[in-house]
Parts: sequence; C-alpha cells; structure tokens
Amino acid sequence: MTSLDRLLDSEPTVVAAGADLLAAAVEEQGATVYRVDWRPPVSGSAASLPTLAAAGKTFAANRLAVDRMLGVRPMLVDIGTAGECLPDMAERTFLHAGPPVEWADASGPLRGALIGAMLYEGLAESPEQAETLAARGDIELSPCHHHSAVGPMAGVISPSMPVAVVHDDAGDGVAYSTLNEGLGKVLRYGAFAPEVIDRLRWMDSVLGPVLGAVLRTRGPVDLQSLIAQALQMGDDGHNRNRAVTSLFLRQIGSALIDGVDSPSDQRRAVFDFIDGNDHFMLNLVMAAGKLGSDAASGVDASSLVTVMARNGTEFGIRLSGTGNRWFTAPAPRVEGLYLGGFSADDASPDIGDSTITETVGLGGFAMAAAPAIVGFVGGTATGAVRRTLQMYEITLAEHPAYQIPMLEFRGTPVGIDAGLVVRTGIQPQINTGIAGRIPGTGMVGAGLVEAPMEVFVDGIEALAEAVR
Amino acid sequence: MISSIQIHRGRYHDSVRLMQASRAVGDVAGVHAALVAMATELNLDLLADMGFDTAEADDWGADDLLVAIRAEDEAALEVAREVLAQALVARPSPEGGWDAPDPRTIGHAARDADVALISMPGEHAYAEAAEALELGLHVMVFSDNVSIEHEMALKKRAAQRGLLVMGPDCGTTIINGVGLGFANAVLPGPVSMVGASGTGIQQLCCLLDDAGVGVRHAIGTGSRDLSGEVGGRSTKQAMHALDADPATDVIVVISKPPAEAVAAEVRDAAAACDTPVVVVFMGDTTLEDGSGEVLAVLGREPRAYSAWPASRSDRRPGTIRGLFSGGTLRDDARFVVERALGATVGTSEGSSGHVFVDYGDDRYTRGRAHPMIDQTVRLDRLAEAARDETVGIALLDVVLGHGANPDPAGELAPAIEQVVDAGVAVIASLCGTKGDPQGLARQAATLNSAGAAVYVSNAAAARHAAGLAARMEER
Repeated sequence: MTSLDRLLDSEPTVVAAGADLLAAAVEEQGATVYRVDWRPPVSGSAASLPTLAAAGKTFAANRLAVDRMLGVRPMLVDIGTAGECLPDMAERTFLHAGPPVEWADASGPLRGALIGAMLYEGLAESPEQAETLAARGDIELSPCHHHSAVGPMAGVISPSMPVAVVHDDAGDGVAYSTLNEGLGKVLRYGAFAPEVIDRLRWMDSVLGPVLGAVLRTRGPVDLQSLIAQALQMGDDGHNRNRAVTSLFLRQIGSALIDGVDSPSDQRRAVFDFIDGNDHFMLNLVMAAGKLGSDAASGVDASSLVTVMARNGTEFGIRLSGTGNRWFTAPAPRVEGLYLGGFSADDASPDIGDSTITETVGLGGFAMAAAPAIVGFVGGTATGAVRRTLQMYEITLAEHPAYQIPMLEFRGTPVGIDAGLVVRTGIQPQINTGIAGRIPGTGMVGAGLVEAPMEVFVDGIEALAEAVR
Repeated sequence: MISSIQIHRGRYHDSVRLMQASRAVGDVAGVHAALVAMATELNLDLLADMGFDTAEADDWGADDLLVAIRAEDEAALEVAREVLAQALVARPSPEGGWDAPDPRTIGHAARDADVALISMPGEHAYAEAAEALELGLHVMVFSDNVSIEHEMALKKRAAQRGLLVMGPDCGTTIINGVGLGFANAVLPGPVSMVGASGTGIQQLCCLLDDAGVGVRHAIGTGSRDLSGEVGGRSTKQAMHALDADPATDVIVVISKPPAEAVAAEVRDAAAACDTPVVVVFMGDTTLEDGSGEVLAVLGREPRAYSAWPASRSDRRPGTIRGLFSGGTLRDDARFVVERALGATVGTSEGSSGHVFVDYGDDRYTRGRAHPMIDQTVRLDRLAEAARDETVGIALLDVVLGHGANPDPAGELAPAIEQVVDAGVAVIASLCGTKGDPQGLARQAATLNSAGAAVYVSNAAAARHAAGLAARMEER
C-alpha cells in the first residue's frame, strides 16, 4: 500500500500551519489536528529559505551532520602541552576564545588574559611591557577553534600550558582544552596578578604531569558517560559542573593514590585542587563538545551550527555547510547575578568558547536538568524546564546519552539548526559566567545570554548563496 | 551607618541562590552594601574589598553562611533581614506541570500526522511545503501567491516520494469525509472527485447531497494544476489513486478550462481508469450537467435540485449584477447566462451590461479575509446595486460549510431586503449541504424571507436570472 493509498484509507491526521480558522474548522469535524504556532521568519531570511528549499539538500545534510555530532565517543586520554599537541601552534602563537580578533579590538578580559599569558611565558617582564609587545604585533593571535581546541572565557592558550587531550573512540578526531584554574582571580577571567601566574606555573609543573601519569596508568576516562551521569545529578555541563567533577575524582581516585610515582604532597595537591574547584570539569566537557563539533563540520548544505563562541567583542558562529567562515555580531551583554559588590557596570560583554556546551546539547539547553542554578532563569524550576523545552524547537535531535530526569529522561535538545532559529525567531539560550570589564578584575558574576539573531540570518544567507 | 556581620554555621545554600539573595538584600532601601555568601576564601576577600571587618574570619569556613549588610539605620537592617529570610526559603513553582511551548514548525508539530495543511502567506508557503514533503507528509497548500516554478518543484519532488501535493491555491479537499479548507459536510458515499477548483468541488458535493448521494473523497489539486506548465501532475496522480480505491464507484474530474494538451492527457487517463470517470471541464459544460452525469452512471434518475422561489415579483428592468465569492461559481453562471442570452457577460467592475465579479479574487481580498468569511465588500456592492438604476437583477452565491462564515444569510438578509425594496430581483445560489454547520434549510429560509429566490444549483440560479432578464428585454 502506498502512502497515498494509506491516506485515502482512513481519516486524515492533520498538521496545520497558517490561518487558525482552517485548523479550527478541521478540528470541528472531530479529526486530530496538530497546530503549528507559525510565524514569519525573522527579517532578512525570507529570501534564503526558499533558495535552500529549492536546492533540496539541507534536510538530509542536517541529518548527516547531527548524526556525526552525536556519533563521537570522547575519551580523555592524556595531558600534554599546547605547544607540542596543538596543530599550527608556533612559539609566539596565543590562542583565544571566539572568532578572530586583533589586539586593538580585544575586550578587557581577553587583554588581561593575554597579558597574563605573556608574563607566564616570560615574553614580558611587566603588564605594561606585555601590552606594548602585543600592541606592536609581537604575538600572533588565533582562535582556539582553528586549532582543534576550546578555552572558557578569554580562552587564552599559550605554548607552555598543559592541555587535556580528548580522543574520539568512534573515529579519529582529537580535541584539546586547557585545564580549569578555579574561580575568582584567574587568567581566563582576565586576571594576571602574580598569584594567577604562579598557579599557571604549578599547573604545568605539577597538575599536568601528575594527571597525565594518572590517565596513562588507569586508562582513558569516558567523558560522555560522566556527563550523562552528571546531568542526572543536577549539572547542566556549563554553569554547574559540581557532579561531573566529583565523578571524575572518583574515576581517578585510586590511580592518584598509588598508581603514579609523583611525591605524595603533589598528589595531595592535585586532589585538593580538583576537589576545590566545582568547575574543574567544564574544560573537559568543552573538549568533548569540540570533538562533536568538528565531526559535524564540513557537510555540504547543512545549516547545523557547529560553533558558537565569543571573544568579548564579537559573538560568532560557524555552520557545517559554510566551511571555516565565521558569522559575527557584537557580543551581547549577559543578564545575570553578580558577586559581592559587582554590578552590570563592571561586566564585560559575553566571552568564551564555553558555548560549545550549548552547541552540543548542554548548558542552557540542559537547564531543566539543573534545578540548583534555576536562579538564572527567574528562580523557578518551571522556568528552567520551559527554557529547555523551547530549545527543542530549534534543534535537530534529542541526545541519545544526555537525558533529563524531569522530562521523563528525554534526551537534551541537540544540534542547533540555524534555519530553525530564523524560522521560529527563537534564539539559543546560553548559561555563562561574567568576566570583569577592566583587565585584571576576574569573575564578577554569572547569568544568561541569548545568541544574537543576526549571525543566524547571515549564516543562512551565506548557505543559500553556497547551494544556489 | 551600621555594619552587621552574621555567621550561620553549617548552613549551605548554592551560590546562585546566594547571589540572588545578595541582590534582593542589596535592593532594600537604606541598604548600601550586602554580601550573602558561603564563607570561602574568595568570598572573604570580597568581604574585605567591600570594607567589612574580617577580624574574626579565621574562625569561619566554607560550610558557614556569611551575611554582611551595611545599612543606614536599624530599621533598614531589619527589613533587609526579613527580605533575606524570604529569599532563602524555597519557593514553590507557580504552575504544577510543564506545559510545552506550542511548536513553531511543522517538523516539531507533525507527530503522526499524514497531511500538512499550509495556509500562511504565499511567499513563505513553498519552504514550509517543501519541508512537509521531506517529513513524508502529503501537503495541501491553501495559500495562493506561490510561483509556478515552486509549484512544479513541489509536485515533482512529491511524485518522487509517492506523496500528493494539493495546491497551491487549493481551497477544498475532503478525505474520508473530513474537509480541509472550505468544505461542505458530506455523507459517506460512492463518489470521489479530483478538482482544480475549490468551489467547483463544493457545488458538486452540494448537488449530489441534494440528490441523496454521498462523497468519499474530493482531492483538490490547486487552480493551476491543469495548466500547460504543471501538466496535471496532481490530477493524474489523484485519479490513479482513486481508481485503485475499492470504495470509489465514480470519479469526477472538475476544472476550469484546462490547457488543451493537458485536457487531452486527462481524458486519456480517464479512459485508462477501470472506474467510470466523469470529466467536467468548465466552458464545455456546467457543474449541474456534471452532477447529472454522475447520477446517470450510478443509475439514478435525473432530478430538479431544491429551490425556494421568491414571493415578490414586482421589479424594475435592468441588467444582471453577479456578486460571487467563488470564481468557479461565477464562471459556471456566466457560461449559462451567455448561452441563454447570447450576450457577453463582463467580469470586472465598471463593465457595461451584465457584469459578474469574483470577489474572492486577490484584488478584493487584500487586507481582509475571503468573501466566504468576510462579506463586507459584497454587502457594500449590494447596497450599490440598489442605488444603480441600470441593475434589475442581483445574482449571488452563498457558500456554506466548514471554514465559511457561520451565518452568511443572516448577514446578507438586511442588504437583500433593501435591494428587493428598490425593485431589484435577488437570486441566491446557495452552496450548502444538509449536514453543514450553518444549516442549509435555515440559511435558505433566511435568504428567502428577505426576498431572494434561492437555488441549490448554481446553474439553475443562473438560468432563472437569464430568464428574468430575457422577459424584461421583451417588455
């Protein structure tokens, strides 16, 4: 029996988009009608959508791209050094979060982090000297995303920094991230005080080598499994990583106790460091996300969003079907809650690669899993659930591993389709930290931000141009 | 100015709730600074930076809740503490369950649907219809203003996937008795239709209903399906499917005059069907004739369709003014009148002689609903006909059914009374079935008591108009 024969064989079940009167008229007759709360696409995209529809490739391309995104199996295998591991990393290459940016346009926290990293690398004696060198182009700036890497907030990675090495067990991809320094005055929030630099030195001399040895002893850590468990323990994978960090410590516990040769005070220090930082695992969750993002990129005609990232000056995205192009808009302000005496006046615009988590179905998209941080969405668990439910409208799939107990263990919404974003007018919701505006300040708060609509409009327009 | 620091040992709250609490307290009038936080090293540094006394801080630990408030006076401090207590109490959710937001795309709404009904403005309809096809749905595009290139692309893609595209500009479809778009309530029966004309389908449904014959399916194909470009793709596809349908005894194909080559192809396809096919191409024949042919195939007697004659016969001489909401009904009536009177009937306002206008045409529907729903324009033109002394007869269609105005006769009646009082004969072609939600008998009675002669058959209404006009000319 063909599909048409089946249609003629029974009462139709209708999905109705457009005039409500017509939907109501069908409903009146007792037939099942699913109503679409249809609205015109956001301005600027009305011409691109028919072009994509006429090419007829995007629907299948998006299925392929999102399957690739979900097909990766991220395993933390080792800790290496940025200069040795990362592709195209020269001696004076300094990586940063978000789309490309020059020193002249760099935000306060990014400048602060770059100054800190130059002090750490011994390229400058003082912050002032670092600024002078950076301003005259002595260092080469490049986005982490161009080097298989991601970094939270300023996302600065310099050659001597230890990096987590995450392999795809289901393919041949590799992704990298820095190790998380903790909260407060830290490099990623733009702080560069001596204690910040000292901590970075300890990380490359103790934390990295000890953790690397632990991983080589016990074998790889299955990141997807940890994240999946953590979502059922109240993490969102972006603004809350307490559960996943705890789970990680249990994973490495026995190897850390007696599986490595390091002196006991170093092992103890590594334990305390991870134990004292609820966000230790954020960077590893991000590296796992980067693996999926890279796997999904390069599918012709796909409107899947593979990257969302910000540098404090601009918010940028990349689509699977538009190669390495960035689509950017000014970085938005974060709606947030502030630490201590800080206020919105102290805040830098949105910054960091950590939006990779939202790109792969975590963070703002998994808000319903994290009741402990519902304060960011109006303070109610209902608000958190609503946010997540809304994200299903702009995503292509439900994550097979990451599930939300409150939604009867439904998979998180994953695989943002720029086409759906411009059609529905729904912007991706991002959970994020807030950095201080002035270089050297550090973290001032945390909150919510929406990805700016124009980057999706531009991305869809470019994709339409490419398939025409 | 008073500074207050309290420590609550072992009382844990997550940092988000505490930041919220800090903000709530800080917002209290008379409070200059507030920090509500776990007494971690980081927070103790913040406390010092904010200028609070941290002399006893060595005794505090990360498991202790720190409440530091600097306020103008005791009263402000008191209020701040109350606000803090409130802020740290768990608040119940205002709603019980999770109401999912309404889906905004067909892809997210469709679930187990088998057909998508698309009726947004035409410029957006193509992309939506294309997606529905990708999802494996049959598609009815009610929207007009879709380019013929896009129509062809949709129908080509649908054919590759064994799916049917009804439209664009498809006003009526009935599948197993369920009407999509403008559709009359039909009884189940042996007749299935394929129509490039919505009101054509509706008229035929009504004539058959009047004759006691039910309808199984009526597949709308869109007004341009039988054009040379589209080539009758959906029509042929639907004929083929209906031919295979064991419950269909007669197939009727209805269209405005098609492209010649396409007409021949459709007739060939009809001849190839095992099921008898009645072809009604407007301009060759009337919808009433088509209904007669169907009845003949079913072995039924031909009949006169229901009519309610007008009670008044005093009227002034003049031409026929046709005020239609259905384009096909207009053409059907025009065909009858032109043949009867041997005169040309104008089709746009301002023409001289007999003029039949389709008020469902784009130029009259900008910014308002179709005249089957919103009768404002027709009411206005009726009043105008009363004032225009060259008009002797007003001929209008009144379309009932799902999707149509809930009481069209009731809205028209006062205007009809006025025209009749001015000496104009009013003739209504009432396109409705006994099952229609507006009630056929009630609508007929309302029109009739306002002074209109009422006919279920559009052709019969047109013949009556032509007859009156001819008699006037003789006088």
